[in-house]
Amino acid sequence: MENLPLLVPLVIFAPALGAIINFFFGARLEEKWSGYVGCFASIFAFFISLLLLTYVTGTNGAAAVVNPPFFDGWLRIDSIGLEISWGMRVDSLSVTMMLVVTGVGSLIHLYARGYMHGDKWYPRFFAYLNMFLAFMLILVTANNFLMLFVGWEGVGLCSFLLIGFWWDKKAPEGWKNSNAARKAFIVNRVGDFGLLMAMFLIFWTFGTLDFYKAGELPNTEAKYLVHWREHNGLLPHAEEDADAGDDHGKAYKCVPAAASAEHADDGHGDASDHSKSNPLASDLRAIYCDNQHFETDLLGVFGQTGERFGQGETVDFGGFQMAFDDVIFLIALFMLLGVTGKSAQIPLFVWLPDAMAGPTPVSALIHAATMVTAGVYLMVRANVFLWELNHAGYVLGLIITLVGAGTAIVAGYIALGQWDIKRVLAYSTISQLGFMVAAVGIGAYVAAMFHLVTHAVFKALLFLGSGSVIHGVEHGHHHAHEHGHGDPEHHDDDDFDPQDMRNMGGLRRRMPITYITYLVGTLGLAGIFPFAGFWSKDEILADAWFEGFELNVTSGFIAFGVLLIAAAFTAFYMWRQVVLVFFDEPRSEAAEQAPESGGAMLLPLIVLALFTCVIGLINVPKATPIFDGIYHPYEFKHFLEHSLVSVSRGHTLDFNLLIAGLALALGIASILVANRVYKGKGLAADNRDQLETGGASRPLFALANARLYWDEVYTSLIEQPFNRLARFLADRVDWDFLHNYLHDSIIKRGFDSIGELLSRPFDLGIVDGAVNGVGWFVQRAAEWMRQSQTGYVRLYAVVLFIGVVAVIVIMILPFMQALLQTGA
Amino acid sequence: MDVTGLSLTTITLFLPMVGLFILLFMNGETQKSNLKWVAFATSVVTFIASVLMWINFDPSVAELQMVQRNTWAEVTLGESVINVSYFVGVDGISMLLVLLTTFIMPISILCSFGSHIFEERGREKLYYIFLLLLEWSMIGVFVVHDLIIFYVFWEVTLVPMYFLIGIWGSEERIYAAVKFFLYTMAGSILMLIAILYVGNRAGTFSTYSAGGDIGVIERVHSFEGDGTYWDGVGPEGENEDSGFLFNSVESWLFLGFLVAFAIKVPIFPFHSWLPDAHVQAPTAGSVILAGVLLKMGTYGIVRFNLNLFPEATVAWAPTIAFLGVVGIIYGAWVSYAQDNVKKLVAYSSVSHLGFVVLGIFALNAQGLQGATLQMVNHGISTGGLFLIVGMLYERWHTKEMSDYGGIWKAMPLFGAISLVISLSSMGLPGLNGFIGEFTILLGSLGSNYLSFAFTLFGTLGVILAAVYLLKMYQHVFMGELKKPLADEEGYKLTWYEKAAFIPIIIMCFWIGLQPIVFFNLLDVSVDNIAALFLR
Repeated sequence: MENLPLLVPLVIFAPALGAIINFFFGARLEEKWSGYVGCFASIFAFFISLLLLTYVTGTNGAAAVVNPPFFDGWLRIDSIGLEISWGMRVDSLSVTMMLVVTGVGSLIHLYARGYMHGDKWYPRFFAYLNMFLAFMLILVTANNFLMLFVGWEGVGLCSFLLIGFWWDKKAPEGWKNSNAARKAFIVNRVGDFGLLMAMFLIFWTFGTLDFYKAGELPNTEAKYLVHWREHNGLLPHAEEDADAGDDHGKAYKCVPAAASAEHADDGHGDASDHSKSNPLASDLRAIYCDNQHFETDLLGVFGQTGERFGQGETVDFGGFQMAFDDVIFLIALFMLLGVTGKSAQIPLFVWLPDAMAGPTPVSALIHAATMVTAGVYLMVRANVFLWELNHAGYVLGLIITLVGAGTAIVAGYIALGQWDIKRVLAYSTISQLGFMVAAVGIGAYVAAMFHLVTHAVFKALLFLGSGSVIHGVEHGHHHAHEHGHGDPEHHDDDDFDPQDMRNMGGLRRRMPITYITYLVGTLGLAGIFPFAGFWSKDEILADAWFEGFELNVTSGFIAFGVLLIAAAFTAFYMWRQVVLVFFDEPRSEAAEQAPESGGAMLLPLIVLALFTCVIGLINVPKATPIFDGIYHPYEFKHFLEHSLVSVSRGHTLDFNLLIAGLALALGIASILVANRVYKGKGLAADNRDQLETGGASRPLFALANARLYWDEVYTSLIEQPFNRLARFLADRVDWDFLHNYLHDSIIKRGFDSIGELLSRPFDLGIVDGAVNGVGWFVQRAAEWMRQSQTGYVRLYAVVLFIGVVAVIVIMILPFMQALLQTGA
Repeated sequence: MDVTGLSLTTITLFLPMVGLFILLFMNGETQKSNLKWVAFATSVVTFIASVLMWINFDPSVAELQMVQRNTWAEVTLGESVINVSYFVGVDGISMLLVLLTTFIMPISILCSFGSHIFEERGREKLYYIFLLLLEWSMIGVFVVHDLIIFYVFWEVTLVPMYFLIGIWGSEERIYAAVKFFLYTMAGSILMLIAILYVGNRAGTFSTYSAGGDIGVIERVHSFEGDGTYWDGVGPEGENEDSGFLFNSVESWLFLGFLVAFAIKVPIFPFHSWLPDAHVQAPTAGSVILAGVLLKMGTYGIVRFNLNLFPEATVAWAPTIAFLGVVGIIYGAWVSYAQDNVKKLVAYSSVSHLGFVVLGIFALNAQGLQGATLQMVNHGISTGGLFLIVGMLYERWHTKEMSDYGGIWKAMPLFGAISLVISLSSMGLPGLNGFIGEFTILLGSLGSNYLSFAFTLFGTLGVILAAVYLLKMYQHVFMGELKKPLADEEGYKLTWYEKAAFIPIIIMCFWIGLQPIVFFNLLDVSVDNIAALFLR
């Protein structure tokens, strides 16, 4: 059991190996085998993640740091104490992410076998998908910021490759695809700039980039912490805790859990509660430990922050000084910039809708379930920073809340007016990520992670469902054309868009399984009881309400109000989509003839739909009607507590019927309204939306449809000036001025005049011959070169060559003399 | 310290000469097919010799290693007699750059194997002779520690490059060659004057101490009088005096060296020779130019400016670092606007070397380590980019970006290799470029002499690198194939093209994943220099 963390490198190596196999041998493999390799690598990683989960639960949340074999150090410069290793972290937070990534990832791999069937770059697709998994797992298992950054940029690269996967399609679509890919990469780079700056500041402030050192406890206040000992630097030994006070473990203080239960337990419920939710706690003699055996400056980044924050310390960067607390604030702000890039928040969210150019499994895996949540993960990982800043009166929490809540409502609004089935989901993803970021802003880290997990499940389901729909409509279209025209060439150049919801409708009869699973996903996303989204969204809202109305924190008010509206939007646009896609009568030949997808695609849908029904139960609040007593409350929260110091210090809320009821009522009301607007009516005249007909809703719809002109504003404010300035710098400043004018008027004329000076013998005396002789030489050389090419060049080369040989001979002479002398 | 025996450094230095003499006595017409093999074999043997040096090298020793020093001439200047000596040896920095040189040479010879330039211009023999001459002089620049001999090698590098561009270059080769020569020359003259002054003042041209003679560096560092070594008692010994920048001898000497190096690097705004030279040079010329020649400038700054003139370095550090940061952003921005692929890559050098300059003038161990490694990284990545452009040109005979498109589809392997090299150039973590940039920027933030803004704007270069390189990649490799080749065979990479790429790709990953090997090599040598600037 305690050796299980040593398996964690396999989580990365397996998909990496899969990627390598498909890269180098994919062309020689049959399509079937290529898919098997990709899926197997992913499922294997999932299996290892499950084993790691048993380790974390079995040792009651002990964290382990593992250095993979062969890669003991990475960026290490001995003289300056820079030491960055490939250390991997196994704790409850990283295992949660690993399970999401490999679990959802495996299902999407299985789905992709069907979806990508027949694509000429099938092996390459699986190679990219596996490579993505490897990088994503590097990101989530990293124990230091730089390794996290490797994964962070690596997934960005895979995202680039997969968004532009079909760059070779006929113009203009292929070009659009590669443009979307480039846009994603560059916008993400803006975020990466922030993360890089944060890392530089962190290094000079803490002298390390490690999150926690091996043997360090992330949360010394966790209630269920078992005795933890340094065993080979990583492993706990539950049996040996009896002699903890005797040997080298003496240096740190361990307090029996029972004795200090009250001390650490402020508002978390009673002791019986612990044993109930954590049966293992009673078997292993639970003991509190702290990090007293570490010197403060030998702790990891977060441990040091806990010790040093608020002490009035000043950090000296050499060139400038800054108060410690301010440095942390600056770091957090730079980090937030990184988060807005990767997690598609205002102001950097513009790349995500375009990213839908990639194949649908990619949208599901990268641009909904996993990669885009990396920013949320990072902030939760860095919860120590945020918690300390928020409690020291910095406005960071407010800023993050504004970003998150603002994104949630803006993206939710835009989603109301989209026609492309995937674009609706893309904006929905942005909006839901806004929920998570806002949750982080109000300090509800567990709620953010909870929503991350549930969202990964139902949004992957929705994307895969939409892929199934698109697949069906595409086939239906081809089918219709073969019957209608009998011209197989024809459909290549028509402008039928299989992703446009105006071409759909009535698909529930043609694609029943897709329909039912999609419905489950929609209800999950809309937050309807008892599906996953209900629980996680409710927790965010409850936390926001508590922060705002009980504690009078501004960000809480904002988050509660804005997210409630955004939640109503969510339910509305999702129901609009369900109605337009599945209900009423088909609006195109393609939709009439769309076949249901094959088993390879439907199986993942069914599994994900089942999970959407139950995944919300991992974190049921205390005192929830019906569930109370039959299910352990806040299981997920207690699980994460070992990684998040803020959890132990925050508040644990009981189930709040008022808020849950309000959110649920609002969701259902929105669905009913959407149903009323769209059901049975289809589209209005001229393929318009029903909202476009009404007087008041018309401009609102138009604005949403135009995506608030966000992209256009960026184009004219950033892209065009950037390009114009580039042109100006390159043509005017660099070429015309530096390259031509300066060269012709100063350098060349200068040399010419020197040459002229030298050509008159009587002038020679006034200038240093040694220096200017060379100038004259050059001048002559230049003239000769200009006059003619061949003959002179050869002569010249020979002359020069003789000169060089002479120099060499002169140089070697003394050395040969010495050699002769020693010989004699 | 063995100073008279035949050291491994000397052997490595003169191996290219051996090959050169063999070539000299071969018949350019009848033995035409053997010429390239002689050149290639020579460069490989030289590479092996330099690897032997590396194996022999003890990274924990601060002094020069594999030293050889023979007095060559005694120059009488006024009343003092000054030794000029053949003085070679390597420390960590020299070692790494020698390895870079001998690594790049076989690659650039390989990429000339089937080149069309010989069909048009012929003279294959002369071409390879110049390449080997270039290798000899470049190694010389990195291993000699006598200022006069350094100057000789520094100037000799110009000659073969001048002809490589002038004879085998593209349409405007003469203009480019002359411009390249004139610019570098103009800087060198100032350096020569500074060198003569230094020799006169110190009584020796040897920079390091060896065999009982005390070198210039030791004299400077052990100076205990008022003011600085160069200014003697100086203007009341006040270095912080505002007049120091322009009133002290040290400052002027510093500038004398710096201008020569700045033009070579090139530091903004001395870069205007670079696009011409790069665009007009044949592929091998561009690869060597980017891979090694530019590094001579940054190497010179580290070796001479920092060691010989520490006070002036401190005084000028913010200014030069500022030019470095301007170079990072300006180079990237101008690069983005180019429509000519080769020019785009050429300007990217200005941006990348801006990082190196920033790292050097951070004046701490992190910055210097990163800068030295980044010299190597840039050599590998940008050398690789020029190889790519060269291979494209061999097939399509155009450098205009708009003529390309969809190459990845036609040449999948080539597209993948190009992607890796482009990513390494834009600093993707896990590949080599990132390690250098990260360490440099890390150093610049903790520098005693630079403020926060240097790092902030320097890091912006990371965004811009993605902007221009992705533009190139998208336009050349993605989209539809605009100009299919008449002969399908042309899409295949020849064996020597593949062979040229393999070592580059290996190095990209090696430095990216295990840079510790290279940092260890540099550690002590760099720390020695950084120790001068501790505050």
